[in-house]
Amino acid sequence: MTGSFDFVLSLGDDALIAAQRLGEWTSRAPEMEEDIALANIALDQLGAARLLLTYAGELEGAGRDEDALAFLRDDREFRNCLLVELPNGDFAVTMAKLFFLSAYQLPLYTALAGCADERLAAIGAKARKESAYHLDHAALWVKRLGDGTEESHRRMQAAVDEVWPYTHELFAADPAAPVDPATLRADFDATVSTVLAEATLTRPETGWTPGGGRDGVHTEHVSYLLAEMQVLHRAHPGAKW
Amino acid sequence: MYGNDFSAPDDAPGGGLLGEVEAAEAALREAAARARRGGPAPDEDLEAYFADVIDADQKIEPRDWMPEAYRKTLIRQIAQHAHSEIIGMQPEGNWISRAPSLKRKAILLAKVQDEAGHGLYLYAAAETLGVSRDELVELLISGRQKYSSIFNYPTLTWADVGAIGWLVDGAAIVNQVPLCRCSYGPYARAMIRVCKEESFHQRQGYEILHTLAHGTPGQKAMAQDAVDRWWYPSLAMFGPPDGDSTHSAQSMAWKIKRFSNDDLRQRFVDMCVQQAEILGLRIPDPDLRWNDERQAYDYTQPDYDELMQVIKGNGPCNRQRMEHRRRAHADGAWVREAAAAYAAKRSANNKEKVAA
Ligand SMILES: [Fe+2]
Ligand SMILES: [Fe+2]
Repeated sequence: MTGSFDFVLSLGDDALIAAQRLGEWTSRAPEMEEDIALANIALDQLGAARLLLTYAGELEGAGRDEDALAFLRDDREFRNCLLVELPNGDFAVTMAKLFFLSAYQLPLYTALAGCADERLAAIGAKARKESAYHLDHAALWVKRLGDGTEESHRRMQAAVDEVWPYTHELFAADPAAPVDPATLRADFDATVSTVLAEATLTRPETGWTPGGGRDGVHTEHVSYLLAEMQVLHRAHPGAKW
Repeated sequence: MYGNDFSAPDDAPGGGLLGEVEAAEAALREAAARARRGGPAPDEDLEAYFADVIDADQKIEPRDWMPEAYRKTLIRQIAQHAHSEIIGMQPEGNWISRAPSLKRKAILLAKVQDEAGHGLYLYAAAETLGVSRDELVELLISGRQKYSSIFNYPTLTWADVGAIGWLVDGAAIVNQVPLCRCSYGPYARAMIRVCKEESFHQRQGYEILHTLAHGTPGQKAMAQDAVDRWWYPSLAMFGPPDGDSTHSAQSMAWKIKRFSNDDLRQRFVDMCVQQAEILGLRIPDPDLRWNDERQAYDYTQPDYDELMQVIKGNGPCNRQRMEHRRRAHADGAWVREAAAAYAAKRSANNKEKVAA
């Protein structure tokens, strides 16, 4: 169903919205070291978003650059998955989101690194190294919280339960895309099972499987997120920054 | 540039200061190479030995004997500096979510992240004096130690991010460059690292203002308004006038401090005038003019009564900044406890394995 433009745009939007949410942690993290780590991950996601959106703009050929795509589209035009737009919640929810996202992005970028499109292959090769670090970082926290104190275990399990339904959207089949997301599922499942088991956490049963992000049908949260992200850029049409 | 002679203008802001940081770094290496005396002789007076090291412009290291008051002064100063870095993340962090382009968002995120890093190196430097980071964080949270008053002003527009980089990071560098030659080794080394990064921050802030000042009329007005609001608070960052400053004389003798508050303030003003001209922005001081006799600019002093009010806790954002820090600390408590419990379980497991 998707052409290259839509595919690249959706990955760019995932990274951009993830960066926007992670950036909200700045000066609020549980430890100073973690503040730095979250900013690092936000910067990686933002860096990938900029490459992907720039490339998407070129594929589209309508003269839109990264900023036009980030700041001048409305929420119905965003193609990110719902997972990344969910509010940060507590630290456990943020780590559950990051863990599932990076367990998906790592095999995705790895597959892209070997795809026929040279630009995407280069982006994938760079981003997969970053994703490997994000996954390590998030997995370590999932284990620490899962197997830490009673309270942290309770919070981490609740976070996994809350976020899990949103992971299914990531793997909706799309055989025409440069990498069919359905092919990434096995890798993702293996990572998730190993880490959750080590963390003494239970993998939720699959029931409700919300989706729609790839078609621009989002949660109520995204419009607020974009209102904040875009407000200044839109207040000065045509200005350079 | 911007050496002690204050000669020609420099259109690459911070460039001269960076040169001074590099010179301090070279001096530090050279002092280390000029091997220190091998330690006091068995019957030597420790105080005399300490005075000798200071006189010879060498570094006091954590293992050395030092007067209790020297240790206390350093702990207080380094801790307040560390707290300032951490609290300073808030006013600029306020604009990360709304940065007007993706490039600016990335630069700002990285800058605020650098400030967290500065806080960490400085807490580590303070720890070499026999105090723990947890104790120092507690002193900040309970309000018993202060942070720089500048961060009690709000960032109302995007241009404030530029003004903070240009003026606040600029003032911080002018204050901190001499600390790269401070007599306490770990502090001097931390300051070299910090000053290098601060000089990038200052350039970035200057660049934001430059872009705004050459942008639309709305952007230019935003830039001027930010400079109008941040100028005097930035001048106040150098502390009260020399006559009223309590700790200065002793700190000078110990080579913790090397220039007086007023000297550093003058140096900052002289540096900014040229840069403001290139920016095309006005420094909000009708009495600012070159004094040929003094070879420096005459300028209006900041409102020190206002500074005292902010120090006392009555600035526009004191309560908000403290509340934010306390909340982050309290909200993170369960996470830190979990990490400690997990680490304890791990090390217990490892011991069992070793025993078996
Ligand atoms: Fe700093
Ligand atoms: Fe800085």
